[in-house]
Amino acid sequence: MNNKPVKRNSNSYTKALIPYSIWSALFIIVPLLFVGYYAFTDNNFAFTFENITRFFTATSNLQNPDGTMTEVHTYLLIFMRSLKLAVISTVICLILGYPIAYIIARANYKTQKTMITLIMIPMWMNFLIRTYAWMTILQDTGLLNKALAIFGIDPISIIGTESAVIIGMVYDYFPYMVLPIYSIMAKMDTKLLEAAKDLGCGTLSVLRRVIFPLSLPGVISGITMVLIPSISTFYISQKLGNGKFLLIGDVIEGQYVANNLHFAAAIAFVLMLILLVCMTLVKYVTAKYVYGGE
Amino acid sequence: MKVSSKIYCTLIFAFLFAPIIVLLIFSFNDSKSLSVFAGFSLKWYKELLNDRNTLNALKNSLLLAASATAISTIMGTAAAVGINKLRSRWYKRVMNTVTDIPMTNPDIITGISLMLMFVFVGRIFGASTSLNFWTMLIAHVTFCLPYVILQVLPKLQQMDKSLHEAAMDLGCTPFGAFFKVELPEMIPGIITGAIMAFTLSLDDFVISYFTSGNGFDTLPIRIYSMTKKTVTPKMYALATIIFFVTMTLLLISNVIDTEDSRKLKEMRKKQQSGT
Repeated sequence: MNNKPVKRNSNSYTKALIPYSIWSALFIIVPLLFVGYYAFTDNNFAFTFENITRFFTATSNLQNPDGTMTEVHTYLLIFMRSLKLAVISTVICLILGYPIAYIIARANYKTQKTMITLIMIPMWMNFLIRTYAWMTILQDTGLLNKALAIFGIDPISIIGTESAVIIGMVYDYFPYMVLPIYSIMAKMDTKLLEAAKDLGCGTLSVLRRVIFPLSLPGVISGITMVLIPSISTFYISQKLGNGKFLLIGDVIEGQYVANNLHFAAAIAFVLMLILLVCMTLVKYVTAKYVYGGE
Repeated sequence: MKVSSKIYCTLIFAFLFAPIIVLLIFSFNDSKSLSVFAGFSLKWYKELLNDRNTLNALKNSLLLAASATAISTIMGTAAAVGINKLRSRWYKRVMNTVTDIPMTNPDIITGISLMLMFVFVGRIFGASTSLNFWTMLIAHVTFCLPYVILQVLPKLQQMDKSLHEAAMDLGCTPFGAFFKVELPEMIPGIITGAIMAFTLSLDDFVISYFTSGNGFDTLPIRIYSMTKKTVTPKMYALATIIFFVTMTLLLISNVIDTEDSRKLKEMRKKQQSGT
């Protein structure tokens, strides 16, 4: 840059940042410290590890289909289930979303605009309502089974299963996967693709060796934007899972409703740490093997 | 576009639009059923207009969204101006990281963290319920701010920095130059940011759920309590109305944005042909 900022101005401009600095310290940083504070204290605000150990060690008995009981780690089991469903939903979103992002990015400008708007339209409806609409479709007497009956297919009971929750998650967060991938692909230099073809790459090989590596930042932010809300959701599991099994968000919400704020904080704390570690890891791995590699 | 691509897109869009279409259709259903269409009627819309609690929640939502938008737009715009001019790399980095937090943290954690602080502070002052309109307003401003900043900041960054100096050379005071040069550049970003803040605030459920109390219900919270019991198509009528209102708002912001990028392109062309 050849133009140096004028010092006297930059000073008065920086003053404009003061309200936001104070606001973000008070309402972003301090609340997060409170999560830690509540997580490590008991009801009288005396220091304790109990909330955290409870998360990792609490057990309960689960009835097997044959009637016997198995002792399981209650919260760890719920956490692993949340993680499993969130990962499956994210993978489905990626598999379904990547091709569509690619197709849109290769279309002409006007089609691109229209299709992106179409992808975004479902987001303009409150997610509670979207989820509820799926519930009415997937119900045993719902539209899906009515449609199947027309083709003479026996009704399927899908509500209350993990599949129903996955459908809900995929539906609710699908646009968050498509949009970042699309925006990276739309900016991609088409000359690179032509160059790769000129140098003898086939279509598949262009996709694998040029397009995919270049689109990775979009893929990563798409994965983040789908995984994080789906791992922490509590409405989708209540409605589409029929409350038959809990996810980690349900537990936090339940503890909040029961006014067990310290335990709710402890779960939130653990969840936050795990997500932080995962995200740092993802960023580190991509930085190392994709951009720093070779 | 290839035929296979077309088929694929159609299938995806069918999946995306199925629930919305179902919802729109059944909001006009003459019967209470959500799976059998008995005939066209506007009765659920009429019933909605007579539902006091829902209308009250709508009023609350609009009040909250308008207040949160006003505060977050002003503070966020000021913050973008400040961040853009920051000379300390360290400070800039801290601000960017902090701005990222509400966007990357799960909503449930943002909600819980604010709630814990409000409850704690409320206890110090001996309040029986510490959650009310004001705590919700703080929460909404907090999660709207990053979106405003991220809309305004790029407009400042893509601006020609010598324009400001030129205005001052031509006799503007620094303040005057800001209003004549920077502000007009930022306006499209400010408007998009404000619309985003408004829709986000109107749409938010999770953070509101943890920070609301004292009988102050917003629309999503009302919907949540409605869906706990059996739902009538009344809620679908409500959803249909919200859907069209939000769609109009976002289309407006889309038009502004396109207009803005068109102007930018023209300007670049002129600049190129000029040199």
